[in-house]
Amino acid sequence: MGKGKRKVPGINASSTADISFILLIFFLVVTSMNSSTGLNVRLPEPPEDEDLQNPPKIKKRNSLIVLVNMDNKIMVTQGEKAPYEIDVTELRQLAKEFITNNENRADYPEKHAEDIVFEEGGVEHVLPSGRTQNVTSKHVISLQTHRGTNYNTYFEVSNSLYGAYDDLRDELAQREYGKPYKRLDETQQMLCRLYYKTMISEAEPRSIGGGL
Amino acid sequence: MPELNTSSLPDLIFSILFFFMIVTSMREEEVKIEFKLPKGTGLSKIERKTAVVNIYVGSPSKQYAAQFGTSTRIQLNDRFASVKDVAPFVANERADMRQADQAIMKVALKADQDVQMGIMTDVKMELRRASALSLMYSAEDRNKQ
Repeated sequence: MGKGKRKVPGINASSTADISFILLIFFLVVTSMNSSTGLNVRLPEPPEDEDLQNPPKIKKRNSLIVLVNMDNKIMVTQGEKAPYEIDVTELRQLAKEFITNNENRADYPEKHAEDIVFEEGGVEHVLPSGRTQNVTSKHVISLQTHRGTNYNTYFEVSNSLYGAYDDLRDELAQREYGKPYKRLDETQQMLCRLYYKTMISEAEPRSIGGGL
Repeated sequence: MPELNTSSLPDLIFSILFFFMIVTSMREEEVKIEFKLPKGTGLSKIERKTAVVNIYVGSPSKQYAAQFGTSTRIQLNDRFASVKDVAPFVANERADMRQADQAIMKVALKADQDVQMGIMTDVKMELRRASALSLMYSAEDRNKQ
């Protein structure tokens, strides 16, 4: 019947590009989605003998000792007060009150005037409300654990303590710039971090890790 | 006007696709430890994956339990290690990184929520000794799921 060559119709492959595009985008999205999250901490510098011989003196009112014991109970010692047990959910609020000392209590960290300045390329940046601020930068939160303490409890406690600083910086950002901390630029974030320096000391009670 | 020949476009895209599939699966190291990360709030994300060193702490998963026991172990790269190996491992990893990444190197501690603090404190002391001070406790967001 057929005479000569019959032409084979080509398959319309114009949509293959679209299909593979979708696959490509799917892989791009999925692989970046499992980016890991966590709690950032800064360890103190390697211990040196000098530090151990001359530990800096910390006033009682400036110290908050959080001890997580073997039974995963959280014991808090603040200033001259006797140690007492606290639930992890209350810890964040306690830490915030301790750090700010808003009511200027005599048993909470002393407030003193300090210049909050961030210098960058010869330019000095200060907070909108002025250069000199009343801060409690001498406070220390000492987080102590036992070798048998559960990591999960320790993590929750750390999360609350570091979270307290995050909350305070957020409040400061709202007060000073009228927007949350996350929306500030890097200079402004730096100023907030200088205002509320992370003063959480771990491992040995005397060495402070954190700084900013 | 002559039509543009797009018949090779699918092949092109496919090769990009395969490239991504291979690269992403290659970087994954085999995790021989079973761990359930702790849950937290207000966590931060890792910005640069190339500047991250992973350290796993937990008990060996089922297929390795017979060989290595069920007590808490540390995994560095693909093998089980002891606390003493942490500092040299971190120094090695740092040396392999690019210059820009070395300065912002971060250690991600992926530890099971049921491990005890003793081993964690030991690891942290080793990290301090290796001057790897930027640390991250890997955790899951409590608000997800």
